[in-house]
Amino acid sequence: MRQGRLPLIISFLLPPLVLYGVFVLSPYLQAFQISTTDWLGYSAQADPVGLANFRTLLHDGYVWNALQNNAILLAVVPVLTIALGLFFATMLAMGGRKGRAGVHGVRGTAVYRLVYFFPQVLSVVIIALLWKELYNPRSGLLNGALGALGLPTPAWLGDPRFAFWCVLAVMVWSNVGFYVVLFGAAMQAIPRDIYEAVLLDGASRTVMLRKITIPLLWDTVQVAWIYLAIAALDGFILVQLMTNGGPNFSSDVIGNRMYDTAFGSETKFGYASAIGVVMFFLTLSVAVLALRAARRDRIEYS
Amino acid sequence: MTSVDSGTRPSPVTASGRTADRPLRRELGVANAFSHTFLLLWAAMTVLPLIWMVVSSLKTNGEILADPWALPEALRLDNWTRAWTKAHIGRYFVNSAVVVAGSLTLTMLFGATAAYVFARYEFRFRQVVYYLFVGGMMFPVFLALVPLFFVVRNAGLFGTWTGLILVYSAYSLPFTVFFLTAFFRTLPTSVAEAAMIDGCGHFRLFFRVMLPMARPGLISVGIFNFLSHWNQFLLPQVLMQGDESKWVLAQGLNALAVNQGYAGDYAQLFAGLTIATLPVLVVYVTFQRQIQAGLTAGQLK
Repeated sequence: MRQGRLPLIISFLLPPLVLYGVFVLSPYLQAFQISTTDWLGYSAQADPVGLANFRTLLHDGYVWNALQNNAILLAVVPVLTIALGLFFATMLAMGGRKGRAGVHGVRGTAVYRLVYFFPQVLSVVIIALLWKELYNPRSGLLNGALGALGLPTPAWLGDPRFAFWCVLAVMVWSNVGFYVVLFGAAMQAIPRDIYEAVLLDGASRTVMLRKITIPLLWDTVQVAWIYLAIAALDGFILVQLMTNGGPNFSSDVIGNRMYDTAFGSETKFGYASAIGVVMFFLTLSVAVLALRAARRDRIEYS
Repeated sequence: MTSVDSGTRPSPVTASGRTADRPLRRELGVANAFSHTFLLLWAAMTVLPLIWMVVSSLKTNGEILADPWALPEALRLDNWTRAWTKAHIGRYFVNSAVVVAGSLTLTMLFGATAAYVFARYEFRFRQVVYYLFVGGMMFPVFLALVPLFFVVRNAGLFGTWTGLILVYSAYSLPFTVFFLTAFFRTLPTSVAEAAMIDGCGHFRLFFRVMLPMARPGLISVGIFNFLSHWNQFLLPQVLMQGDESKWVLAQGLNALAVNQGYAGDYAQLFAGLTIATLPVLVVYVTFQRQIQAGLTAGQLK
């Protein structure tokens, strides 16, 4: 039945490939080329400057400042999100009173799962704008509560000491629920008799979590790690909409730096592309490192 | 998945099992109270901002500024009408729907056909083409942003919905193809062979047999793509500048926030955010199981 095979392959594969080639592949390739030019804008000509953009980048304090913030995000967001996600997922999966084996969920698990997942279906734009209002020093929910309790009411996003951490908190807030559900699903795939056997052997809950649950969830945690690391290198929309990198660049991230360089007051396309190339290699190496560091043998239940 | 009924099993150590029961119970009780406190706390942290948003959308600006925690004196639904008509949230909503309808259809069609070929047909350079395609998942969109702007402009698609639809689809294809290829591979080959023997052609086989069989996978990845297209902000921000009447919802909301900065109309901003949020939440609550499964399946594969 070879008849009709070739027409199908061509007509099924060619249109997607063309679309992908034109709008994804070619821009990426062009970006590498543009990054070696001094292209300044919409019509000005672009001269090749070799690696000059990358040399400038090395001494660009704003870029380093932004990268430093990304590094903090990279160090804090995945750890905090995964820790909270595992914690809540564990609570949901085995905090319950019912069942002597102690492996039944708490009451209302379904409701918790429903609610925790809310931020995941909201657009980042809505999350950013809503939290910006929450942090509002005058009319925000946060200072409303602090003021009522007689506590100091900082300017939050307007204060260079806090702005970055406020954005970081929102990043964690918006991600935790997803990982609670993800880890919860993975936990449910762990055969229940393993827990029952361990409980009969007299293991405590903490031991159970440390020696059974987490090792068996490792595959999932690894995936979560990679996704969160990539997200931490981005963070652009939250930063742009909540603080635009300010005040005084205290909450700047590399994505925002690049966007500003390309589409801000001046259109330094060559330089912006160089920043993009750096981001590309950073993302790639973080993903590879995370994969390496977390590599373990895969466990399959028969 | 396991349906082990612990009650029907003979307990191996009856005597020691009974004595060990009591401390275990107490431990569970403490853990239960402990876990409920934290679980409730996080639930409150998740819901409170959303409730506050809805409540504030029904207050006057004076009320919002006076006490962010207070309830409205009267329900100011005119905030909603103001956001819907004057801030054009209604129009942006429709625009988003049109763009997403187009981009989702295109993504699913192209994604399914390409994935099917990768999963079921042998041809030269298949692996190379596949990895080239799927590799797009790893790249940050930022890198492509500047050249993409010119590619779209040179194609005469700058500031058009067609441009957005094509670009959304192109950037969703890597993940969609990756996910659906894995899914098509799991489908049994026997059905396809039987259909072929009965004289079913290649095209009919795909549309009549394979596509219906792949429905669970299509739904998962469809939900994933729907949310990512609906929530897209970066691409329209770059490719849909200028003509306000064509903006999508995310841009409209951002404009509302910027406008609030000048005019101080908090209530209108909250109303706009609420209008944008509620339909999504309603759909999510209705199809909770499928949506959670769809989104997490994307990461577990």
